[in-house]
Amino acid sequence: MSRFRGKRTFLILLLVLIGALLIGVAVGPVPIPPVESLKILLGLSDGGVQERILLDVRLPRVLLGLLVGWVLSISGGVMQGLFRNPLADPYLLGIASGASAGAAATIALNLDALPFALPAGAFLGAWLVVFIVYRMGNSASAGHIFRFDNYSLILTGVALAALFSAVTSFFIFTAQSEDLRKIIFWLMGGLGAPRWPYLMPLVSVAALGTLVLLVFSRDLNALALGEPMARHLGVNPQTLKKGLLFIVTLMTASAVAVAGTIGFVGLIIPHAMRLIVGPDHRRLLWASALAGAAFLILCDTAARTALAPAELPVGIITALWGAPFFLYLLNRSRRAMIPQGGVSL
Amino acid sequence: MTVIRVENLTFAYNSRPVFEGITLDVKAGELLALVGPNGSGKTTFLRAISGVLPVNAGAVYLNLRGESPRLVSTLVPKELARSLAAVEQEVHVEFDFTVREIVALGRLPHSHRLNPFSMQDKRIVEEAMERLAITPFAERSIQTLSSGERQRVFLAMALAQEPRVLLLDEPTAHLDLKYQIEIMELIRELADQSLTVIAAIHDLNLAARYADRVAVLSQGRLAACGHPRPLLTEELIESVWGVRVRVLQDRAGLWIIPQASSDLDNAEGDFSAVRASRD
Repeated sequence: MSRFRGKRTFLILLLVLIGALLIGVAVGPVPIPPVESLKILLGLSDGGVQERILLDVRLPRVLLGLLVGWVLSISGGVMQGLFRNPLADPYLLGIASGASAGAAATIALNLDALPFALPAGAFLGAWLVVFIVYRMGNSASAGHIFRFDNYSLILTGVALAALFSAVTSFFIFTAQSEDLRKIIFWLMGGLGAPRWPYLMPLVSVAALGTLVLLVFSRDLNALALGEPMARHLGVNPQTLKKGLLFIVTLMTASAVAVAGTIGFVGLIIPHAMRLIVGPDHRRLLWASALAGAAFLILCDTAARTALAPAELPVGIITALWGAPFFLYLLNRSRRAMIPQGGVSL
Repeated sequence: MTVIRVENLTFAYNSRPVFEGITLDVKAGELLALVGPNGSGKTTFLRAISGVLPVNAGAVYLNLRGESPRLVSTLVPKELARSLAAVEQEVHVEFDFTVREIVALGRLPHSHRLNPFSMQDKRIVEEAMERLAITPFAERSIQTLSSGERQRVFLAMALAQEPRVLLLDEPTAHLDLKYQIEIMELIRELADQSLTVIAAIHDLNLAARYADRVAVLSQGRLAACGHPRPLLTEELIESVWGVRVRVLQDRAGLWIIPQASSDLDNAEGDFSAVRASRD
């Protein structure tokens, strides 16, 4: 397979991201031509209404798309590496269910009118799940060489996801009509009506998390050989998993708290990038971050223009692209696995 | 000089002992073959030596030239990996890394997180690949290689670690005759260049042919340890493996031939070479 590993790939991905940003701010009920957008962004225009629309409505939304796409894709890449499974995603351990239950509870208890209450509820719900997964992972690992083994973690995550989905369902079932609409809307995820104050915490989490994950990206490569071999190469797999899962949780929970559970981005983007830049996490995580950011901005642009003036939840668009692509990759990887298992000399 | 000292090592798995009270010294440049029936604890023993498994009792000391002996269990993994390399029996690589990328992982313990590979790291990787004759497929995906080729890739990776001690779990498993010999000769050569090698080996003939000493594990205990020639007798093999064998010797070494029960009538029969007829 030919791989594009040079700096050129990253230049192209960066250009794609910049293009997506410009499209994102230009497209809408009031079209703002890219040249005009660029002028406003650079402070060279006094475009009046256009300037206000761009800076107050579209730019925060596009930046939110960038951040959420960035964070989910890089987290997905790390989860796939940590669990040595190309079908893993940032929500593997139940973060999405925890966040949903937290958000639903906040709405049902009528706390969502308070500033920051809804993202805080979702954030706490996500952390509650991961906290339990950690506790279980440290104790229930009988039958494995290492504590904190993948099977215990994933199975605990699956069980907790079911439990917290039940909690969410309960809140949906008992909710009054207005709350019901809010809960359903939150569950579908979206980048609508972002506010600048929500962006700042996400920016710092994304920056910090990205830095840490990139520093440890080579250790993830060693983990691809399995946990005992990683240990022989000087990487402690348990410490790596605990540390990186913490960072991934922080990033994913922050993104979900602001944008809801947007699916498929964190699964598809790292997978697709692995086909393009190869499995080396030092390149893969960068490429995933850039591509994921561009992907979500474009999906969101499509979501708010497809049925304008109505807005589709962006999760519908990502899934509409993502699910068929995922099936294609699944089919492909299954075929690729046949010779791998059967060949011996 | 003793490089690895194993003292009274004991490991129990959910309170079921896998091996108990094993004491063993391995010298610099020695090739020690670890033999024993399936389930005798060879893999677990190797993992205990490499520090991957926390043992219940006893200790493993790493004693390198110019340094005082150090307890393996107290070394940071990265520090340990600079002196001790190990290759597990079946390494499954997730994702299609290239051969060069896998071998380069051997430099991980030597390089700092924030620094890219130095020219020296790159040179060591290339040399390791040359040595195992895998340079021609350096850019190929590890997933496309045969078992013998993969084994050579992991050996090259271990060599790139520039270890003083090399632990190998069944390096010749799944290999055909030619590769078995090639890999064993390479391991012998490495030992002759003062690398200390401990290898679990299933095939007694290969162990007897190439190892300086064999350590026989039986039911979690060290049944015997010493030079293959006086050690591997028909009686010892029958008592440990529960199978009748003929052990013959000539100048090249020992020939250990397992016997099916139907062979027993002919147990004292003459052996002659089997060659293709000329007709």
